[in-house]
Amino acid sequence: MAVTDYLRRRFMPHIWCPGCGHGIVLNSLLRAIEKLELEKNDIVMISGIGCSARIQGYVDFHTMHTLHGRALAFATGIKMAWPLLKVIVPMGDGDALAIGGNHFIHAARRNIDVTAIIMNNSIYGMTGGQHSPLTPCGDQATTAPYGTVDSPFDVVRLASAAGASFIARTTTYHAREMTRLLAAAIEHRGFSVVEVLSQCPTYYGRKNDAGDAVAMMEGFRDGTVRIDRKTAETSDGDPGRLDGEAAGTPIGLFRREERPEYCEAYRRRVVEPAMAAGRGESETP
Amino acid sequence: MTPTGTVTPTGTGTLHFLQGNEVCAEAAVYAGMRFYAGYPITPSTEIAERLAWRLPQVGGTCIQMEDEIGSLCSVIGASLTGLKGMTATSGPGYSLMQEAVGYAIMAEVPLVIVDVQRGGPSTGLPTHASQGDVMQVRWGTHGDHAIVCLSASTHQDLFEIMIRAFNVSETFRTPVVVLIDEIVGHMREPVRIPDAGEFELTERLLTSVPRDVDYHPYFPREDGRLPMSHFGGEHRYNVTGLYHDMWGFPSDDPRVTNDLIHHLMNKLENRKRDLTFTKEWYTDDAEIMLISYGASARSARHIMEDRRAVGMRMGLIELQTLWPFPGELVRERCRQANYVVVVEMNMGQIVHEVKTAVDRPERVFLANRVDGEMITPVDIKHLVRVIQGKGI
Amino acid sequence: MERRIEVNRNWCKGCRICVAFCPKNVLELDRKGTVVAARPGDCIWCGDCEIRCPDLAITIVREAAS
Repeated sequence: MAVTDYLRRRFMPHIWCPGCGHGIVLNSLLRAIEKLELEKNDIVMISGIGCSARIQGYVDFHTMHTLHGRALAFATGIKMAWPLLKVIVPMGDGDALAIGGNHFIHAARRNIDVTAIIMNNSIYGMTGGQHSPLTPCGDQATTAPYGTVDSPFDVVRLASAAGASFIARTTTYHAREMTRLLAAAIEHRGFSVVEVLSQCPTYYGRKNDAGDAVAMMEGFRDGTVRIDRKTAETSDGDPGRLDGEAAGTPIGLFRREERPEYCEAYRRRVVEPAMAAGRGESETP
Repeated sequence: MTPTGTVTPTGTGTLHFLQGNEVCAEAAVYAGMRFYAGYPITPSTEIAERLAWRLPQVGGTCIQMEDEIGSLCSVIGASLTGLKGMTATSGPGYSLMQEAVGYAIMAEVPLVIVDVQRGGPSTGLPTHASQGDVMQVRWGTHGDHAIVCLSASTHQDLFEIMIRAFNVSETFRTPVVVLIDEIVGHMREPVRIPDAGEFELTERLLTSVPRDVDYHPYFPREDGRLPMSHFGGEHRYNVTGLYHDMWGFPSDDPRVTNDLIHHLMNKLENRKRDLTFTKEWYTDDAEIMLISYGASARSARHIMEDRRAVGMRMGLIELQTLWPFPGELVRERCRQANYVVVVEMNMGQIVHEVKTAVDRPERVFLANRVDGEMITPVDIKHLVRVIQGKGI
Repeated sequence: MERRIEVNRNWCKGCRICVAFCPKNVLELDRKGTVVAARPGDCIWCGDCEIRCPDLAITIVREAAS
């Protein structure tokens, strides 16, 4: 199947601004799904609110556009009710880590088999350029006219501490790698997190003199260092802290480990014993 | 169309001595509920505790979420895939759920929310009795909407009301709130759990549109019902909280938005008769008509029987449907009454609906109590004496 | 194998990402700001334009020669 066959073509061209990195995430995601030869009917995509959340409208899967920050909670219900579905949750940085931060860490803690894609453009785009929990300290935004004072989260470290069993970071410049990582994340059984550094030339770029989309992607190319496998293993537990940190933002696969997946654990450790024991005569637990 | 189960009082089943909260849980399981998500909050927690033990026995799923917001969101997700879903909470948790309540209304997702009321506002009186959430249930979420809210005062009624709640939610694809209070929730009394089949259960209306044929998830039939296709199943469609067209895709076309809001309101407001459940005592000759619901109705019933014994013509309407408010029925029954006394444990919420409904609103009085204690039959008796000019 | 660069002119928003990252300088924007394969003969079919296009407007069509 061609990549564009996964699109709801009648809604194209999409609403994103020229050069918006979110389109590249859509592009890579569809390539990952094509590579995995998944059926459209097997995939559920659940999004929240924001520019990133709009991705769900363009893909020809089961799609759900939910509440700001809550996509992972909706996804938890869907996945537990129907564990065979592939559940993909694309989120923006504000969506995932400000209003949705609690759901994010708890989904990671449970290790539920959901793929969380954090499309990190360091800004709230849909509302016009406010700073997010991933805006670097000191950067400009419409709600930070003197520069932000807040420190940003490091998604990799946060996901690591919360217990996600698959953690990766990539950028829109590294589209080929993004496709590979997304495919691996979707295949992974457990909570997988892929942070994609994505450019918002319209708001973040303009506010911070970062140039156009091309310049911002060159920034991703020049401002990142790929961790090798060995580094990822030795830095486990604090995967974001690398020797080469000063040289740039580390990208690559930080963690991929086998841990009991939530739905399966619930079935094996709760439902099966409970059903086997039956209701019995007891009226109380 | 029968939105509610009908009772066949065969008298079989098993007798139990349960808390109201446990009754909610057992009734939900009986109704076919197989997905529960919740967050601990007094005085509703026993519902989650019972279901954590009970649901897996029948192959269901019970999950403790990180908060009430996540609880309702995950129930919406599970319900869309085809499971009957439920959550339970108390006032503060229900406040947190309001955004998702609106989503469930807009996306037409059947589910049941049990609100075991405590005193408010804010954290209020967690372990005390109150009925202060009546208006929160009606208007808690933003924007115009219709909502169904049921209540009960005894455990046997509660069992049936829970089943009706699921039946209504499945029939109309809408969230239904079962509003009880700390007293009903925590009190223990005997309850007969009927045998399977005694209550008629409404199952989800599924589409007959075959795979690969254009399916319109949001195109209502003439009777207002929407045949569903399990989300994640053979028909791919979109679900959104935005105004949407018949495929579920966002639309701001004025015709589409106008039709949708009218559909969402009318599917419930136009079917009040099917949604109205009441219990009535002496409404044919009552000069003093009590109107009450939940635990308050227990005291109202007590004083009504007590006064009847001394020859006073007192009657009682116990509202089991609070929303949509059965205004016509109330007006009809109260026509010959000299006084109408609304008994509730709040500063006056349903009393305003009653005043709007009846012919002589100046004859409507409020018997209330808001100190966290249950309103007693004596409290009501005192008010009635004051109304009658007899002093306390 | 026959290969060609296909541009969906209705979807292209002229962001210039493909132009900038093309290793062989095959692409450019036309007067309307839409990308065109100005020097298709230089193309090495690496696909960098295709995978980085945010508008999914570029496809490298690969067809077996008839």
